[in-house]
Order: sequence, then C-alpha cells, then structure tokens
Amino acid sequence: MTTDAQQQALAAALLKRAPLWLQADARARRLGRGRTEDAADALHLADDYRLLAHDLARARVLMPASRAREFLESAYARAHATLNHGDWRLGSTLRTLFVIELPAAVRWLAPYILWASLVFALAALGGFLLVERYPELIALFASPDLIASVEHGKLWTEGLLNIVPSAVLSVQILANNIVVSLFAYCAGFLFGLGTLYILGLNGLMLGAVFAFVRAHGLGGQLFSFIVAHGCVELSVMCLSGAAGAAVGEALVRPGSAGRVAAFRFAALRSGVVLIACALLLVGAGLIEGYVSPNPAYPLPVRIAIGVGYWLLMLALLTGRLWWFVRAPATSDAPRPA
Amino acid sequence: MSEAAPGLSVDSVTGIDVSLPLAGPGARAYAFTLDWHVRLVLALGWYAAGALLYNGQLSLAPPLLSDVRWFGLVVVPALALYFLYHPILEVALRGSTPGKRMAGVRVVARDGSAPGVGALLVRNVFRLIDSLPVFYGLGLALVVLTREHVRCGDMAAGTLLVYERTGSEPALAQHAAERLGRLDATGAELVAELLGRWQELSAPARAELARRLIVRYSPGSTVTELDDAQLRARLEELGRPAAATP
Repeated sequence: MTTDAQQQALAAALLKRAPLWLQADARARRLGRGRTEDAADALHLADDYRLLAHDLARARVLMPASRAREFLESAYARAHATLNHGDWRLGSTLRTLFVIELPAAVRWLAPYILWASLVFALAALGGFLLVERYPELIALFASPDLIASVEHGKLWTEGLLNIVPSAVLSVQILANNIVVSLFAYCAGFLFGLGTLYILGLNGLMLGAVFAFVRAHGLGGQLFSFIVAHGCVELSVMCLSGAAGAAVGEALVRPGSAGRVAAFRFAALRSGVVLIACALLLVGAGLIEGYVSPNPAYPLPVRIAIGVGYWLLMLALLTGRLWWFVRAPATSDAPRPA
Repeated sequence: MSEAAPGLSVDSVTGIDVSLPLAGPGARAYAFTLDWHVRLVLALGWYAAGALLYNGQLSLAPPLLSDVRWFGLVVVPALALYFLYHPILEVALRGSTPGKRMAGVRVVARDGSAPGVGALLVRNVFRLIDSLPVFYGLGLALVVLTREHVRCGDMAAGTLLVYERTGSEPALAQHAAERLGRLDATGAELVAELLGRWQELSAPARAELARRLIVRYSPGSTVTELDDAQLRARLEELGRPAAATP
C-alpha cells in the first residue's frame, strides 16, 4: 500500500468515528451544565476524554486543515474543562463566593483596609481643620446651594422628601455611591494614585462640610442625618479604597510573579469585596432615602439602625452571617502566581 | 480553510494539549457592537413601552414632577437593562452573551474552564477603565497591542476571549468519510458539504464552487460546458469511493 493510500485509509477510519465524537461532546455539555446526576454518564466522560485526545492527535497529523479536526479541538476542550472543573451551578458558586472567598479576601485586605481608613480619616481631619481655620475655603468643597442653605440656618437635607420621593432618592444615591465605590477600586489601576485621590477628596469634603455646618450650629442635625446610613457608607468607601490600594500596590511592587500576574491576582482577589460593597450600598441607599431625611425617626432609632447595619456588614464580611450554611468543600479562589 | 488564529495551549494529563483559538480585535468589536445594539434596543423598547403605558397616550415624555411609579417601572428597569446587561448575562450564560454567541466567541478562564462569578464581575467592573477616554479607547488599544488580545478587564480577571466552534462537523465528517476515494480528507469534506448545501446555494455560486473542486481533484477536466445537473453528477462521481479505500 502506498503512503497516500495508507493516509487515506487512516483518515477514513478516523472520520467514521464521528458519531462517537458527537456523543462525547453531548455528554460533556450535559455534565458541564449540571443537568445530570447519572454516575455512569460521568464515568463515561473519562473514556470520552481519552477517545477525543486520541482522535484529535491523529486528526492533527492526518487532516490538520479539516473541520473535523476543528470540531475535535472544541469537543476535547469542553471535555477537559468538564472533567477538570466539574459542573457550574450558580447557587454553589455564589455560596462559595460569600462563605469562603469574601471572608478570605477581607482577611487578606486587612492591612489595606487599615491604611485606607487612616488616609480617609486624615483627609477628613484635614478638611475639617482647613475650613474651621479658613471658612471661605468651603467654596472649594461644597456647592453654592448647600452653602446658601446652611448660611440661612437650614440643612440642605430638610424638606428633601417634599421635593424627591424616597424611592427616587434611594436609587439616585445608591447608584451614585456604587459608581464612586467601583471607581475607587478601578482607579487603583493608576498605580494606586487614583484610589488615593478619590479617598482623599471624599475625606476632605466630608471634614470640610462638617466644619462648615458645625460653625453654623447645625453639626448635631448633620450627625443625625448621617448616622443611619453613614456608618456603612463610609466603611464601604474605605473597603473599596483598600481594594484599589491592593491593586495599586501589585502594580508598584509586583514581586517575583511579574506585574501582570500580580495585578491579576490582586484585582481578582480584592474584586470579590466589591460585590459585597455594591450590595451594602443598596441597603445604605435605601436607608438614606427612607430613614435619614425623614424627621419622624428620633436620634436613638437612627443610631440603632446605623450600628445594626454596620454589625450586619461585619457579619457579611467575616462570613459569620452564613453560620447556618455548611461551607463548600473546595474554593476556586485565586492563588498567588 | 481560514488561517489558524493564535491560540492558548493548556496542558492535559493525556499529553495532548487543549488548544483554544484566541479572538482578535475584530471578533471582539463585532461581538460588542452586536451586544450594544441588543441592550440599546431592549432598554429603549422597555422605556418606550413603559412610557406609553404610563402616559396612557402616544407620548414618551416624562412626568413634570418626580413620580415613584415612573421611576421604578420605566426609568430604573431601562437603565438596569442597559448597564447590567453584560455582568448579568455573562454570569448567567457562563461567559457568553447573545452578541458573543452570534460572533462565535466566549469568555474563558486561562485554564479553558468557565470563569467564576468573581472573575466575570471584576472583568465587567473594569469596563469603567477600558471605556476611557471615550468609545472604549483604552480597551481597544490594549486589545490591539497585547499578544493575547485582552483588555484591562481581562487582565484583571484572568480571562480570555476565545472562538467557540459550533457543531455541524461530525455529520459532515461522516459524509466525508463515505467520500474518501481519490479525495483527501479536506476535499472529501468540501464535496460532502457542497452536495449537502446544493439546493440552498444559488445556481451560479454552486456551479462556480463545483467547477473549482472538479478542476482541483481531476486535473485536466473540462468543466466550462457542463450544466448544473452534470456538475452535480461529476461531483458525486468524484466523491464515490475508489479502489484506494480499504
């Protein structure tokens, strides 16, 4: 038999196995989507994997430019992913995320959270001292409407619900806060400087406004307005700033892994915290829309809501909120490269 | 057959590496454009339908005063459809979206598996950076300049965009196997596919393709005078198993 004829015969024999490839691919899809619990089906996948690997190796040599080879590549990749990573279910993925990955990420971020909080607190103190000493500088930090309102002895939050309904206010506030929080994280991409800028600016504004309001005898009212939603809102600001700082540090001091690998590790690990931040800001936004501007809530109730929600945040971040959930056996949390 | 795209190679215990062809800037831009149109149409459609129902007349104008019903039933869902389209669909469809499906691409982790929820959300959060300064300028520049054609979000999340091959090939391979005579495997596939799609193609297109195949695998044949039926007969003859088939 000539070499050509031999190749033809081998290719023909290979192509006749196409129905087996189709079965193997269908099984990998089924198991990959978690649509079957059949143990025999799962066992077959290991055989399919070997079959596909064998046929793919031959197809790469015998008919590299064929569509049959392309299909085999795809089916083999799918079988590989299913066999090595199991199925993918939203419920168990979310459970792993909140029960294992989030507390681990918060523990890993602990030093960054400390530093970010310190930067924010120092900036707030700086803003406070600056405006207390030079009141005219408030024009740098607050809008003319806010300044005019406070100078007339009224907080800008008074009568807010007469203008905007609570639901509208909540959504506007939470959307804005989530965007700021995500930006504080992403801005870490600029070697951490963007995050530092956002943290510093927000701290300066908070301190400056407090000093200005206090100078007009409205400090207590502002505290009363802020306390219900502010405990969590400000903590989330520091959390997202810490996540951004971790990303920034990975780019500034990547270590032996290399800059891209260090960036990937830091972004992926700290990014998990952003999911919790967004959820917490939804709650804070609802409180800010429904409770904070409503004069019917006395100060003790506001403090109780603020502290209670902050404790809930701690429970979520440390994983204690899910004490009743059995921890999943494995985690796909990123490992250092 | 198109030129092979650069790919990602993943080691396997079988010794045969898993090869994933990486999507380039063109496929990415195509998928994004399709998705952008889908989400825009969905968001505008929701807004228009909601506004018409809310106003009770042929008007899309918002109310003069802030209203919870308008905001909650018209504005918020429309904005959510537009802004949460990518993160929600990528998580629910394991790294795919309608636009990506139409463009034949999907998002995978660097080991070829479906990315986790955290990775997909991080990938989407970084759109804030990739979209700077305008029209995804930074993201597009990175996709063009990086070896693996990734934007900032992919770098952060450890994800890649790869081509997803769809599966009509096994049936084609079976037909091709029956036609392996004097044809090689690629030729047998082409003849099988052309005969399978004969009725779908326009007469001039199938005649042109048939003539090319016959000339390629039967050098010296005269094909210019052959009509539609004769071309089909010659193709079938070409694909018939010959003596070389064991």
